[in-house]
Amino acid sequence: MEEVDVEPSTTVTVDLYSLSCKHLGFEWGPGDLLVYETNYKLQGPRSASSPSVHVVRRDEDICSPILRKLFNESHLIFVGLQKIKEDVPSKNKKSQFVSISKNYRSVIRACMEELQQNAVSTQEGSLASQYGDQVSILLAIELIWNLCEVLFIDAAPAGSLLLHLLDWVRLHKSDVDTRAREVLQSDSPAQHQSYWDVVISLVLQGRTDEARQVLSKQASLRAESSSVFKRMDVLLQNMPIFNPAGTQTLTEFDVKWRHWHEECDRCLQDNTFASNRHLETICKILVGDEDTLLEQRELLSTWYHFLVTRLLFTHPTIKPPDLHYYAQSSMNMFLGPRASPEPLDIILLSAFEFDLHQVIKDCSIALNNWWFVAHLTDLLDHCKLLQSHNLHFGSNLREFLVLEYASGLFTHHSLWQLAVDYFDHCPEFGRVYLELQIERVPLDTERKAIKVLRICEDRQMSEQVRSICKIMAKRALRNNRLGSALSWSIRAKDAAFATLISERFLQDYSNKGFFTDLDLLDNLGPAMLLSDRLTFLGKYREFHRLYGEKRFSEAARLLLSLMTAKIAPRSLWMTLLTDALPLLEQKEVIFSVDQTYELMSCLEELNLGTKDSNQTDQDEDIESTKTELLRLALARNLAMAIVKEGTIET
Amino acid sequence: MDPTAKYISQKISRTRWRPVPAGLLQQPEVFAAGSWDNESNRVSIWSLGDNDSDTDGEFDEEPRLLCDSEHDGDVMDLQALSLAHVWERAHRYSCDNAPCTAVVCRSPELVSVGEDGRVILYKADQTEVVRVIENADSSTIHAVTFLRTTEVLTVNSIGQLKMWDFRQQSDSPAQILSLTGDRVPLHCVDKHPNQQHIVATGGQDGMLCIWDVRQGNTPFSLIEAHSAEMWEVHFHPSNPNHLFTCSEDGSLLHWETTSGSDMSTLLQRGWNSRVVSHSGVPLAGEDDSVVSSWLAGDSSKNRLEATHMLPSQTLSVNSLDVLEQCLVCGTDGEAVYVHRQLPV
Repeated sequence: MEEVDVEPSTTVTVDLYSLSCKHLGFEWGPGDLLVYETNYKLQGPRSASSPSVHVVRRDEDICSPILRKLFNESHLIFVGLQKIKEDVPSKNKKSQFVSISKNYRSVIRACMEELQQNAVSTQEGSLASQYGDQVSILLAIELIWNLCEVLFIDAAPAGSLLLHLLDWVRLHKSDVDTRAREVLQSDSPAQHQSYWDVVISLVLQGRTDEARQVLSKQASLRAESSSVFKRMDVLLQNMPIFNPAGTQTLTEFDVKWRHWHEECDRCLQDNTFASNRHLETICKILVGDEDTLLEQRELLSTWYHFLVTRLLFTHPTIKPPDLHYYAQSSMNMFLGPRASPEPLDIILLSAFEFDLHQVIKDCSIALNNWWFVAHLTDLLDHCKLLQSHNLHFGSNLREFLVLEYASGLFTHHSLWQLAVDYFDHCPEFGRVYLELQIERVPLDTERKAIKVLRICEDRQMSEQVRSICKIMAKRALRNNRLGSALSWSIRAKDAAFATLISERFLQDYSNKGFFTDLDLLDNLGPAMLLSDRLTFLGKYREFHRLYGEKRFSEAARLLLSLMTAKIAPRSLWMTLLTDALPLLEQKEVIFSVDQTYELMSCLEELNLGTKDSNQTDQDEDIESTKTELLRLALARNLAMAIVKEGTIET
Repeated sequence: MDPTAKYISQKISRTRWRPVPAGLLQQPEVFAAGSWDNESNRVSIWSLGDNDSDTDGEFDEEPRLLCDSEHDGDVMDLQALSLAHVWERAHRYSCDNAPCTAVVCRSPELVSVGEDGRVILYKADQTEVVRVIENADSSTIHAVTFLRTTEVLTVNSIGQLKMWDFRQQSDSPAQILSLTGDRVPLHCVDKHPNQQHIVATGGQDGMLCIWDVRQGNTPFSLIEAHSAEMWEVHFHPSNPNHLFTCSEDGSLLHWETTSGSDMSTLLQRGWNSRVVSHSGVPLAGEDDSVVSSWLAGDSSKNRLEATHMLPSQTLSVNSLDVLEQCLVCGTDGEAVYVHRQLPV
């Protein structure tokens, strides 16, 4: 599919003149095009207005609210289709596939009806024409899908093939029913101007019983020509129709049909119907005379109707491989030498020729979004009808189309959730596409972030989880919601960020002198272990709590362990030692001798560290004063502790 | 009977029945649905039409749109009121607007909570907010419910339930409850209609917890309900032996406590409900002698059975509401499901 065989059509998107003759730059996006004005001017003076940026969206269908129902319902059917198990015997599977195909088609029809209703009821002219366009596109889509179902999915053999094709034509030419009803309900049906048109249309569609019913209205009137009508009635009644469920074989049916055909021919030769030209026309149709059929061009209205009628009356036991010869000739005969076939005609012709790839290719070119080709190809792939046609990018046709469709969905602000399921069922590249796209979903509220995270977590996309949690945590941090930030880092198991948040807390503490967000710190639980700094924070807070509850010995032990176990960062040791001061100054001895020795060694260790050269004299003074105070307090405590431990209780 | 589905071309974040006057034994007919994630979100009101014209009891009326209006931002919560008002910027960060996550009303008072950790009390007919509890929480508050006229219960994203009493002047919670162990964010909360101390919550891991707020710090039962976040939990307002939950994994479960051993199980699809309950000792000095079946821990006498309400796995079910015999729920697949004959 490398050469372009059709010239691309130009679409006017942006009115160039209004851009005051500036050079335009552009950039492709996933589903749209960004067009911007540059500084280079083509001619004329430089205008003072600020440059504008346009976003040109290629696919407007995705925004239509009614078509959204199509996307949603077909998504459900798609997911159901993927779940059909492989080990079911093939005959059952075929019926399942046919019913799925019918489901898709009924969804299309429902959409079409709603669009039709809206087109009729709307006031705006442009909207009505837009709806009308969408209706005609959906009609064409359903027509093609139905034909593909008949020819490929159902794959009817000779005999039933024609019956299915007849059903197909009848479904898509429904005005016959309305006209027939009109005629039958009128006062004198036989005098109605469309009377004969209705009869002939019914015969052309092979609905002989109904044709007979309408004819009987005529027969009751004219007594003298009733014998002629009776003859026609008999002919129509005797027309054999193949019954696939019956015991009659195809050959038997063929023989019977030839007999009947010969009889019609004899009637024609005998000029039985010469008195009534309409009946003569009908007889010629029954014989399958091509010229007569072509004369009914208006009633047939489409070449494929002509094809099916022609087959009905000349070759009802048509076999699928022979179909294309008749299709090509019918189209040529019907359209005539001068008319050129429309894209829809070419697609249908390719279908009759059983050239699936051509059908898919032509549909992709003709339609502006990938919905139809993606779903149809997926269904056909499940029926094992597509050869593994490897494209250059390594994936097969079905995957390529589904990926394109899903990527288009992802650009929609709301339908991106459907696309996730589609990516899941593309084994080769689906995951990569999903990983790239899911990070770009805008996250306005926490709830949306939670949903996106759930999608990533279910598929073990840990990188994306980390990155999304980091975005949310950073945002929370900027808004001073430390608790939220922490809960996001816990979810991502992001130790680095947890450290950052703890630093923030500690900074707040040293600035304000007390802890904020106590409800969080008091209830960290096992999350505390995520990062060292966080553990320190939790334990430090616990120390404060213990102090507040006057459980001094426990508090002391905790404080010491914070320093000796090296959980506390160096920079905070001074603060911790200063916190120890009130404990040292208590009347009661809290720190034991060993503990005091440890505190002293910590203090000395701190002082041995390189002095910060940026410290001002004032800071140095404060530091030395603190150290002095601590040394004094430690010495006093040591003294008291030695005495206490040395005393023997009497 | 399967619920009827209607595709409404927008992802639904909340659905609520319009309350039916208590005296009449009517089935609710009108519901509101709010959308999210659209470029322009809408709140729409739908009506189900006559339900007494069919003699064979088949309700297959599709919901019809009565009216809708635009809404800035995603619709996060809906409640029925008789007056309408807009309180601008009630929830905010220092430089931006913050999403308000839930609203609950008990006429004429309204309480709202948001991602900024504030709890705000309003009166329906006053333009000024009545009271703001600043910094009620350092993390996002996901849901709120009234316990008594002056008490509300909130759940947040670090797994805590906090009880707030508006009669108290201080801005700190009257009580904090949480699970020991992993702090899993809680997304929804609902109170038992008759007994105000029984509360059900659902969280990020899909666990359904039943709490007794008078007693202790741990929940009474923990049930593995869903495989993904539980978005809403509701007790049936008139028959509290039934509970409904809906979740991100696309299922809507109907829970029923049964006492007595001759009830046939309604479990479908081989789904097993694992009830882990703590010892349920009735409190001394109980006024009514009937202990609620939710709190009775002896699992051989009281069983919990779950039924899937939706026909097949859909995208996430975001919201549900249940009134009398009717259930309405909305999904991310842009479909509203209405079930008119609940077995309650």
